[in-house]
Amino acid sequence: MSWTPDEMAARAALDIPNGAYVNLGIGMPERVANFVPEGRTFIYHSENGLLGMGPEPVETERDPDLINAGKKPVSLNPGASFFHHADSFAMIRGGHIDYCVLGAMQVAKNGDLANWSTGAKDAIPAVGGAMDLVAGAKTIYVITRHTTKDGTPKLVDTCTYPLTGLGVVKRIYTDLAVVAVSEFGFKLVETAPGIGADEVQTKTAAPLT
Amino acid sequence: MIDKTVASVADAVADTEDGATVAVAGFGAAGSPVELLHALIDQGAKKLTIINNNAGNGKIGLASLIDSGRVAKMICSFPRSTGSVVFPDLYRAGKIDLEVVPQGTLAERLRAAGAGIPAFYTPTSVGTPLADGKETRDFDGKAYVMETWLHADIALIKADVADTHGNLIYNMTARNFAPIMCMAATTTIVQAREIVDPGSINPEIVVTPGIFVDRVIHVPNPEHEDDLLRAERSYP
Repeated sequence: MSWTPDEMAARAALDIPNGAYVNLGIGMPERVANFVPEGRTFIYHSENGLLGMGPEPVETERDPDLINAGKKPVSLNPGASFFHHADSFAMIRGGHIDYCVLGAMQVAKNGDLANWSTGAKDAIPAVGGAMDLVAGAKTIYVITRHTTKDGTPKLVDTCTYPLTGLGVVKRIYTDLAVVAVSEFGFKLVETAPGIGADEVQTKTAAPLT
Repeated sequence: MIDKTVASVADAVADTEDGATVAVAGFGAAGSPVELLHALIDQGAKKLTIINNNAGNGKIGLASLIDSGRVAKMICSFPRSTGSVVFPDLYRAGKIDLEVVPQGTLAERLRAAGAGIPAFYTPTSVGTPLADGKETRDFDGKAYVMETWLHADIALIKADVADTHGNLIYNMTARNFAPIMCMAATTTIVQAREIVDPGSINPEIVVTPGIFVDRVIHVPNPEHEDDLLRAERSYP
C-alpha cells in the first residue's frame, strides 16, 4: 500500500523537531500542520508577514486581512506576530527558518530542485517565494508523488526543468518511500508498507543506495 | 503645523505622469488600495510600470488598471493565480511586459531603494534562469547574485490608521509590502480608514514613520478587494 498524501505529510512531520520554525509550501506540504507529533509544537511562518500562524478558522471568524501565502484565511496562535515583507524574507534569507517543506516537479540526485516552471514557451513565469525559501531555510524537505500522473519519475539524475535552487533538498517524502539526498546520491530511508525497494528503484531515474 | 492630508483620492493621484513607476501595496487582496487604484484609472496616466507581488484579480483594482491598457510593464513575483485573468491574456498577446522577481528579492530591492543601497548580493536564484546575465560573486566560498535597488515614483498604500504627520499602522497581514514601498517611493500616497491627530498613535506601535509618507487621504469605509471579487464587481 502506498502512502496517502496525509500519510506522507504525517511522515514528514515526524522528522521535524519540537520548537522548530517551519514554513510550509502551498498544496500538499500544508497538510503537515495537521500531523504535528504528540508533545511537539511547531511555529509556522507565512511569507506574507506572519509568525505563529494557526489553522483555517470557521467561516464566521474569517478576516480577509488575515491570510497565508496561499491567500487562504488563517488564524493566529498565541504568541503570533506581524511584520513587513522585507523582515519576513530576512527570516528566510537570513537562515532563521529551521524547516521548509515544499512540493516539487523534479528533484535531482544532488539535491537540485525544480518546482516553479516547466519552461514551456507559453507558460507565464511565476516564482513567488520558492527561490528564497530554498536558498535560505536551514533544511528543505520535499513532499511529492514519486512519479507524475503518466508514471514519469520525479526523482531524477539531472533536472530538465528550470531550477529553483542548487543542491538544496535534504529529504523527499513520496507515496512510496522516504528518500534522503546524500553526497553519494539518493539513499532509501524507508518504504511504504508493502512497497519493495525494487519497485521504488524502478520508479526512480537515478540509483538508490 | 504639518498636515499631509489631501481632500480626495482624485486630488492625491492628480499629478501622476505618463510613464511613471507605481508601487502598489498588497498581497493578493489583503492591503490592496482599491480606492487609490480606481482614482488612478480615472486620472488617466498611461505607459505605467507597476510593482506589486501579483498582477491583480478579477476586474477590479490593479487588474482593472491593467485591463484599461495603461500598464506597459509589471514587476512582480507571482503573476499567475486562480483569480487572475486580465494579465495572462494581455501577456500572451504580447501587450504587456513582465519582469518576474523572486519575492524576497523584490522586497529587498524595495527596501534597498528606501535605504539608499544601490545593490546587494543574495543566494536567491543562483544557478537558475532568473540569475541569467547578472553578476555573481563568491563570499566565504558560496556564490551570490547581485541585485539592484528598485525605486518607484509613487507608492499607493492602504493603512488602517494614519496621523496627519503620516505615521501609519496597518491591519494584520494587510501590512505586507506597504512599509517598504513607502520607503522606496519618491511620493508615497496613503489611504487610511482612520486619520487621527499627532500624538494619538503610541510611538511604540508606529509601523511606518511619517518621514516616508507624503499624502494621506481619509477613506473611512474602504472596499475590500476580497468582497469585490466575491460580488464579481468590475471597475469602472
